[in-house]
Amino acid sequence: MRAEGLDHQVYCRSRPVNTETTTPWDKTAVAALTPLQASDKRYKILEAHIKKYQGRQDALIEVLHKAQELFGFLEDSLLLFVGSRLKLPPSRVYGVATFYHYFKLKPQGAHTCVVCLGTACYVRGSDRVLAAIEQSAGIKSGETTEDKQLSLMTARCIGACSIAPAVVYDGVIHPKQDPESALAQLKGWLPHGN
Amino acid sequence: MAAKTLNINGKQVSADEGATILEAAIEAGIKIPTLCHLDGVYDAGACRLCLVEVTGVNKLLSACTTRIAEGMEVHTDTEQLRKYRRMTLELLFAERNHTCSACVSNGHCELQALAWQNGMDHVRYDYCFPRWSVDASHPRYGLDHNRCILCTRCVRVCWHIEGAGTKNVAGRGAKSFIIDDLAQPWGDSETCTSCGKCVIACPTGALFTRGSTVAEMERDPSKLAFIVNARERKQWVV
Repeated sequence: MRAEGLDHQVYCRSRPVNTETTTPWDKTAVAALTPLQASDKRYKILEAHIKKYQGRQDALIEVLHKAQELFGFLEDSLLLFVGSRLKLPPSRVYGVATFYHYFKLKPQGAHTCVVCLGTACYVRGSDRVLAAIEQSAGIKSGETTEDKQLSLMTARCIGACSIAPAVVYDGVIHPKQDPESALAQLKGWLPHGN
Repeated sequence: MAAKTLNINGKQVSADEGATILEAAIEAGIKIPTLCHLDGVYDAGACRLCLVEVTGVNKLLSACTTRIAEGMEVHTDTEQLRKYRRMTLELLFAERNHTCSACVSNGHCELQALAWQNGMDHVRYDYCFPRWSVDASHPRYGLDHNRCILCTRCVRVCWHIEGAGTKNVAGRGAKSFIIDDLAQPWGDSETCTSCGKCVIACPTGALFTRGSTVAEMERDPSKLAFIVNARERKQWVV
């Protein structure tokens, strides 16, 4: 057995991180916003949200939730910003952000498609649905198409076993999917329109 | 502090309330194999090698994270435990690329020593042969993910003793790996103080001093316990 998906390159970036925007270990405990961040309303909202938790370090997950809600995904400068405000080391923030599938470190597509790979859905053929979508979209689970139209994800049981196999398109659960119905649903979201 | 009495391998042992089974066993001179345990830092229960049987509990408990209780009956060396320990070691070897003959820690590796002590002469599982990289961006030290067993000793040492928090674990499951700051090259890390405590703490050849030979790559983890003892108890016990 050869373990799949263990390609380290996917997870470990070789490029240096841009730390110009925020320095988390600034001597003044709370670094001022850069002009670019100060002009961005979302940082103000996020700061207010952090204040609501009184800057508590154990509110990291809640703060990351809000950050992703505001920005769509968590980029490096945003993680460093959160780290500096909660006075947590960058590695801790990054570790938490990568532990939970919910947090996205890359920009997501305009549409999302979540294929349930829970036991019930799997035995009813969700693996074939996923394979068909992957082939048609030309991306693997966890990736986004180049035109940023579709993000494909998988889940371990979404609690809809009675309608297995279930697929969630843009937050709406669709029952009893097969490769044909799934591709019909994705029509228009895929670059070549099939 | 109140003392509690328990029974380990048929021997009556007493230890302070709040002590772990491992601490009680060490005090009583009973050896329990450990890998992720490191004197001086808190325990994580990551390696599962210190699993023990406790009468009345129908699952195995890690000795390093289970607190003792009055009248507890513990077994540390049963046939079942020996079997599982070997299995755990084999899985550790199969998960990443542990090639002792080409490793800088060959001969003074805790994983290798444990495998030897537990009679692990071969691995019954298929090797995963994952493609992990080596981070040689730091001027003094290197990190070879292929040798990492995710014991998180380096993470705990960096956090608890050095206080820098440079290292942590990213991802989850088989895909998790040790990171520096935002999973950037170690050499680019702004929090790393290059103190080398993580290298001392590493039980395998995952963290190493660059340019050192197999004979030179010996570590002395008691130095870490020395620092903690000196800092917290003001006792310089060399």
